[in-house]
Amino acid sequence: MTFRKYLVLAGITVFSTAGDSLLARGMKQLGSVSLHNLSGLLLAILNPWIAFGIFFLLAFFACYMSALSWADLTYVLPATSLGYVLVAFIAHFTFHERISTTRWLGISLIAAGVGFVAAGPSNTPRQMHQEPLEVLPEALSEEAER
Amino acid sequence: MNDFYAWVAIGLIILASTTGDVLLSYSMKRVGDVGELWQRRGLLAVIGRVLTTPTFALGVVGMAVAFYSLLFGLSWGNLSLVVPASASLTFVANAVAARVFLQERVGRRRWIAALLVAFGVVLMAI
Repeated sequence: MTFRKYLVLAGITVFSTAGDSLLARGMKQLGSVSLHNLSGLLLAILNPWIAFGIFFLLAFFACYMSALSWADLTYVLPATSLGYVLVAFIAHFTFHERISTTRWLGISLIAAGVGFVAAGPSNTPRQMHQEPLEVLPEALSEEAER
Repeated sequence: MNDFYAWVAIGLIILASTTGDVLLSYSMKRVGDVGELWQRRGLLAVIGRVLTTPTFALGVVGMAVAFYSLLFGLSWGNLSLVVPASASLTFVANAVAARVFLQERVGRRRWIAALLVAFGVVLMAI
């Protein structure tokens, strides 16, 4: 795990949190979408909060795909779950919401889970990694050049 | 009735996002380390390689279904019910699915992490 890889994991956390919060705000503005008016869901994209939210979720998606290319799914998901803690801290420091004891407990459990998985191996070794389809000859020739 | 719709949405989110995550993870493992590929061949090669992996498109469909289920759920239920309930159950569902379908080595450390996070998410919503 290099510093850049940890940055990608941090990007997943921050971008998905920002995206979800903006989406939630946009949907509250729109109100309930009824089952008989599903086209309302498609038009939701026109709301600026939702548009911004989708932009952040795209950034999240790019980071997420990158992380999944070099780490296990069961590593990436818990390692990036600090977003929930981030939301609580934002609510506490910018909107001065009080954080209850149960929430503090939840925050510490999540933080403990993140620490647990991050300290372990990030990838299950497997054959697929040792023989990437057509990259191999090129990689070998690069090795030879050195 | 709103609660019922909210839980239907939660069920859809869990199913769709777990399917999507597993397919995407499988696709990206086939593509290989994106950072290395980028350095060697450039960004366009990375994008081309990702987009031509067939399971990638299926994974994106799964994520899109999960995304619209989330919008649907958020419009019916509270943010404080829909997001934590779907998120925490998705952690557990993903750990099971990754072990079964991706043959990931989900050791004790990862199970504990998944359960701690899932439980923590629920506590934060109470």
